[in-house]
Amino acid sequence: MSQFLQSPLSSILGVVAFWLALGTIGVALGRDRDGVRFVYPATALGGALIAWLAGTALGADPVSLVLPLGLPDLPFHLRLDSLSAFFLFLLGLAVTGVSLSAAGYFRAGSSPSPGLTCLQYHVFIAAMVMVILADDAYAFLVAWESMALASYFLVTTDHRHEEIRAAGFLYLVVAHVGAIALLVCFGVLQGQAGSFTFDAMRGVTIAAPWAGVAFSLALVGFGAKAGFLPLHAWLPEAHPAAPSPVSALMSGVMLKTAIYGLLRVTFDLLHTQASAWGVVALVIGLVTALFGVMFAAVQTDMKRLLAYSSIENVGVVLGAIGLAIVFRAHGMASLAALSLVAALYHCLNHAVVKSLLFSATGAVLHATDQRSLGRLGGLIHRMPWVAWLALVGALSLAGLPPLNGFVSEWLLLQSFLFSPDIPDGYLRMLVPLATAALVLAAAFAAYVMVKFYGVVFLGQPREPSLETAHDAGPWERAGLVFLAVWCVLLGLFPALVIRRIDAVTVQLLGEGLGDAATRDWLFLTPMATERASYGPALFLAVIASAVLATFAYVRVRHHGRLRRAPAWDCGYPAQTARMQDTAEGFGQPVKQIFEPFFRIERVIPDPFDRAPRYWSKTEDRLWYWLYLPVARLVAAVSAQVARLQHGRIQWYLVYSFVTLLALLIFIRL
Amino acid sequence: MSLAGQIVNLIAALLLLVSFAMLSQRRVRDLVDLFMIQGALLAAATLVTAVATGQSHLYYSAALTVALKVIVLPLILRRVLRRLALETDVELLINIPTTMLVGIALVVVAFNMAVPISQLAGTITRGALGIALACVLLAFLMMITRRKALAQVVGFLSMENGLFFAATSVTYGMPMVVELGIALDVLVGTFVFGVFFFRIRETFDSLDTSHFEKLKDR
Repeated sequence: MSQFLQSPLSSILGVVAFWLALGTIGVALGRDRDGVRFVYPATALGGALIAWLAGTALGADPVSLVLPLGLPDLPFHLRLDSLSAFFLFLLGLAVTGVSLSAAGYFRAGSSPSPGLTCLQYHVFIAAMVMVILADDAYAFLVAWESMALASYFLVTTDHRHEEIRAAGFLYLVVAHVGAIALLVCFGVLQGQAGSFTFDAMRGVTIAAPWAGVAFSLALVGFGAKAGFLPLHAWLPEAHPAAPSPVSALMSGVMLKTAIYGLLRVTFDLLHTQASAWGVVALVIGLVTALFGVMFAAVQTDMKRLLAYSSIENVGVVLGAIGLAIVFRAHGMASLAALSLVAALYHCLNHAVVKSLLFSATGAVLHATDQRSLGRLGGLIHRMPWVAWLALVGALSLAGLPPLNGFVSEWLLLQSFLFSPDIPDGYLRMLVPLATAALVLAAAFAAYVMVKFYGVVFLGQPREPSLETAHDAGPWERAGLVFLAVWCVLLGLFPALVIRRIDAVTVQLLGEGLGDAATRDWLFLTPMATERASYGPALFLAVIASAVLATFAYVRVRHHGRLRRAPAWDCGYPAQTARMQDTAEGFGQPVKQIFEPFFRIERVIPDPFDRAPRYWSKTEDRLWYWLYLPVARLVAAVSAQVARLQHGRIQWYLVYSFVTLLALLIFIRL
Repeated sequence: MSLAGQIVNLIAALLLLVSFAMLSQRRVRDLVDLFMIQGALLAAATLVTAVATGQSHLYYSAALTVALKVIVLPLILRRVLRRLALETDVELLINIPTTMLVGIALVVVAFNMAVPISQLAGTITRGALGIALACVLLAFLMMITRRKALAQVVGFLSMENGLFFAATSVTYGMPMVVELGIALDVLVGTFVFGVFFFRIRETFDSLDTSHFEKLKDR
């Protein structure tokens, strides 16, 4: 028994059981809203425990366990190795922060049935843990589908609105297309290995054509969950529809389970990778990143904006994974390790930052009942806690040092800068283009964050009702502070983090960055000191001292010469909220420059119109090029199938009768 | 061939005859009577097999068949008939001679199917498998050609009889648990159908299944 409790894997399973019990308690408490919300701090405790346990398991020997559940001859195999430990750590951090703020979020009017929402929330996070722990295809898919279904019900929490039901349906359809691809992918692997356990799949080396098929299917299957182009359409619909803590977990953690699955299949189950896979992943990833960030720039709903920014970030991660595959295929293991570390670091950063920002939008949504950027503004005066903590998240997502977002983007750029060493002429020509795309995406990400933060928190309130907005409660503050502190820590001590992450690259690639890169906790030197190194703590010290010196200088020099004047009086004595830059206005340059990528409907009023109305709608072209034709095709096929439906029992009986006879005759032959 | 085997074959032939009789019967009331006879024959066949082979669980099967298919189900069906005042003719979709011809073709098919399986079976009653299969197919055919929902229920029950007979003739019956389960299913199914009849009549003022066409999507 004590042995059982000592193993981190069993303790994690204990936390999962604890979460499921909390979910049941939530149902039992039912409609007693204030009772239900105090379940969430306990959830956060479980999340912190998982993060701590996973942290200790990172780099330790893999632990396996067989649960007596599942099919008769295929019990659930579980395994905790460095890769799963890393993603569990990420999950634990995000769940802790989000659950703390969920205790504040679910306080009033947020959900028609708080008890059920509580149950689904806990099933959702428990299923995500099981996805990461699963060590056979059956357990993996069971957990994967539980995760998809639980999140579907969470997305449709507010199912009384037609558009939320539609968003949920789209999500469910794409999730199932992905699940089918995964089912076939594991089928291919099982066909080669002879067993559904990952151990058996690890044991065989799969020949080139089948390995390629398995990788493509995994890319489609996990891509549908992660939101890679062109399977991204559900993401900007489902994220705004869900309650904010759920959006935070979906964006912060669920997208990462897809990345986890892709890494597991690509590097752990398949042993050899072809360079072409990497090129495909790199191209899809960077196109996804650019697409996501461009659409984020023109959004007018703050949660949709963040959802598109999530598309961008998973695209960047996929690009890094693609680069790692290319390096690996050319036998450049240490560079592969560098790109993989960048990908993993970016996953971790994005999980923390997106949880922070979505939770912050939850607090804003609660205080103002507004999601549209056109009706927000000036909240930094009313909600200082949320505004300052969201600033940390926004700066980090914009990729500014010394926060965490910069570290992973810098690492990724470093690995791109090393790619001229690739011994393949065409690839060398592709790489500068890819680097340019990455840099463009990173720059746009900063632009998007300026828009998000500036429109929501700065300037003047755009609606009179915002004057009465109240700051977040203690629980929400606690959650936001927790996540913001991690943003800073991950940014200031990258060497310590990478020392841990290196265990994952050693497991997946057989080689890591090595001690040299991380020996010095102050400086990060991924390859060699003469190439590049980055010392975030030093950077912070320089910035801080520059700020302090300026402050001191101004104070000494100009102290006592205080002059009071009306604010913004430079020619605008009557400044109103309508004079400031709007979300649409800020996104206008992107809309102009990249017009061919958008499908824009504009209605421009006549100059002589007395009551002019102007509106424009920006849509995704892929929706019209891909999704609607597929939907029409499905409708046409099902209309043909519907001819079978006569409504006459006799005909239905004839169908079964003919089938029976045909089968009997088939057996006889 | 042993005496018991010959008796079972005789009963099997009678079963087939009853199946054809059901196929040609216009009145729902007589259909229920025929169903009762079929149940009685089935029980007799099971009993003979039980005596000849000494398989004790077959006695229970026979008793169960008598109780359920000779007594309880006909009682329920007659009650429903009385309550719904449905003792008139059954409307057929296809005329009786054509149905009979199709039925004969089905019997040929069934016997053809049964040949390889009965060669494998080592039971005294293996020759009856073809007939059992024919009973299933004929009952199915009856369900297809009738309009009134009640006739379809009788067809469904008669199909179950055929399956039961097939099981007895090939392997001396299914395991007791399975048999009990099926018996319960049939009983519950009949109750459910009974309830449905009233609902159907309430909705359409008739038990004619052609009204169901209105339930279509479009």
